[in-house]
Amino acid sequence: MAAFERVLTRNVGRPEALTLKGYQQNGGYEGLAKALKMEPDAVIDEVKKSGLRGRGGAGFSAGLKWSFIPKGKDKPKYLVCNADESEPGTFKDRLLMEYDPHQLIEGCAICCWAVSAATCYIYIRGEYTKATEILERALKDAYEGGILGDSVMGSGFKLNMYVHRGAGAYICGEETGMLESLEGRRGQPRVKPPFPAVVGAFGAPTVINNVETLANVPHILVRGADWFKAIGTDERNTGPKLYAISGHVERPGTYEYPIGVTFREMLEGCGGMLKGRPLKAFIPGGASAPILKADQIDIKMDFDTVAKAGSMLGSAAVIVMDDTTCMVRSVSRLAKFFNHESCGQCTPCREGTNWLELMLKRIEHGEGTERDSQVLLSICSHIGGNSLCALGDAAIGPVQSLVKNFQEEIDQHIRDRACPFPHRRYFDSGFENGA
Amino acid sequence: MSVHEPASMKPSGPPQRGGGFSQAALDEIAELRKRYPTAEALTLPALHIAQREWGGWLPDEAIAAVAAELGLPVAAVYGVVTFYDLYHQKPVGRHRIRVCTNLSCQLRGSEEIMETLRQELGVEEGEITPDGRCSYVHFECLGSCDTAPMMMVDDEYQENLTPNRVRQIVKGLK
Ligand SMILES: Cc1cc2nc3c(=O)[nH]c(=O)nc-3n(C[C@H](O)[C@H](O)[C@H](O)COP(=O)(O)O)c2cc1C
Ligand code: SF4
Ligand code: FES
Repeated sequence: MAAFERVLTRNVGRPEALTLKGYQQNGGYEGLAKALKMEPDAVIDEVKKSGLRGRGGAGFSAGLKWSFIPKGKDKPKYLVCNADESEPGTFKDRLLMEYDPHQLIEGCAICCWAVSAATCYIYIRGEYTKATEILERALKDAYEGGILGDSVMGSGFKLNMYVHRGAGAYICGEETGMLESLEGRRGQPRVKPPFPAVVGAFGAPTVINNVETLANVPHILVRGADWFKAIGTDERNTGPKLYAISGHVERPGTYEYPIGVTFREMLEGCGGMLKGRPLKAFIPGGASAPILKADQIDIKMDFDTVAKAGSMLGSAAVIVMDDTTCMVRSVSRLAKFFNHESCGQCTPCREGTNWLELMLKRIEHGEGTERDSQVLLSICSHIGGNSLCALGDAAIGPVQSLVKNFQEEIDQHIRDRACPFPHRRYFDSGFENGA
Repeated sequence: MSVHEPASMKPSGPPQRGGGFSQAALDEIAELRKRYPTAEALTLPALHIAQREWGGWLPDEAIAAVAAELGLPVAAVYGVVTFYDLYHQKPVGRHRIRVCTNLSCQLRGSEEIMETLRQELGVEEGEITPDGRCSYVHFECLGSCDTAPMMMVDDEYQENLTPNRVRQIVKGLK
């Protein structure tokens, strides 16, 4: 892949960026300064034109979402930044917050100006204590430096920004579950409509955007929508993108690429497969995304191409599995996760995720029957489309892709009455030193 | 949503602390109140503070204190406590260990990390060591899959674990 410039991670490895001064030395807060000189609607138009799509999972146009917020300054409005990052495999937002907190603050401030919101909450998962501390310190600096508070950069625009800690619940990453949680209740998603742009936090119009989405915004303001649009696959898949790569690769980590890099290039970029073993499967977008087989290695990792292949880019959390991986066991673990995290409001999701976990465990332990694949698919069809929020649909993706792509592994478990994969001792088998 | 707590959990230390919030905590809550249009929005922040004040868990008395301070029904606060994995209704060890066992960590040996803790601490998941020092549970993805396997010891992430490294870490906990 041709050389490309790091945009979102340009301050990683520049610890001085944690301070206001250090951030400003590298062009920081120029995007906000520019936005404040523009009409709010012009800011929204620029973001719309850039083609920026949400990086939290659904890939919805950020500018369009902002444009749904009713105009005017007479009533309160909110921005809630989604820093809940609990999708298994995802760790990119943590990097953005721990290494470049001001980039996020700047993106949030620009969004608030664009929609005339006077308050922003950054809803961060409770486990991220280090990122919370770093953000709190950066916010304090921003207030003291006149970036936040009664007059943002001397413009007269008043803006308060706070960190709000969650307490351990994946469903609080779902935008209306998050609002319930912010308001002090159990994080159970709301019925939509009304959408948050109409009735959001505390009954007021609210924008909800992911950390990475907002981190892109300062760059769009400084360098323009056309610059942003030139990066990526096509008009619908634009901009720089973070990919969180984990599993059986040599150098797991967060990697920045122009959106639409191929999975093969990405794999090469992180040193290839662990110990050079063959690739068996990969998940392109976090636990909610259907699993792809090794033959998809040349797929372009953008929203539309991954969707066309029957999966989703989601949070761009890429989990890589080699030929020693038991797919039944892997999906069984994901099913356990969704069962644990189902908020319990909808019967198909609450009961169905439980059944999926139980059945997959049974198959994993060699106690499955020939009918099981059909029963699994039937449970999935009862959950899909029959639940309040997207967790239900997320839970069935991995299971359906298991049956579709790895039926022979299910059969093998049933035929052998046991898991055909020797339960490898990871540390004793020479996979890692020092054990 | 909390599933990791077996019934056999033995309480350790004083079950109830006695009294309500400290003055410092009340001041902290009053300061936070300015950030939100409703008192109810302070439920999560106040529970975090309460859990710190009550030694890592939330006895009924702590839940009642939060409800009283925010003017909410006890049942509402109780409902919140039971929903979130980071709030505990049973005593925990002085050090609390959470081992991520989700997929990326499972692919890199998290099960052996759990096994090592079981051997090293001599108690089952969710139980407290007889000296009150530690308890451990498995947990969902902690957002550190690139350093798998990993675990959280109190507020610290311990990453790129091996069984030996886990033994060392456990020995260092006082
Ligand atoms: C179960 C569930 C969990 C989610 N978790 C997250 C999350 O942790 N972080 C996130 O940004 N979006 C998450 N989302 C997506 C949000 O609902 C929402 O679409 C997103 O925050 C919007 O921001 P964006 O448009 O900038 O992506 C989740 C959705 C569902 C259904
Ligand atoms: S689909 Fe599942 S997680 Fe979503 S609201 Fe219904 S029960 Fe809760
Ligand atoms: S799977 Fe273990 S930290 Fe994400």
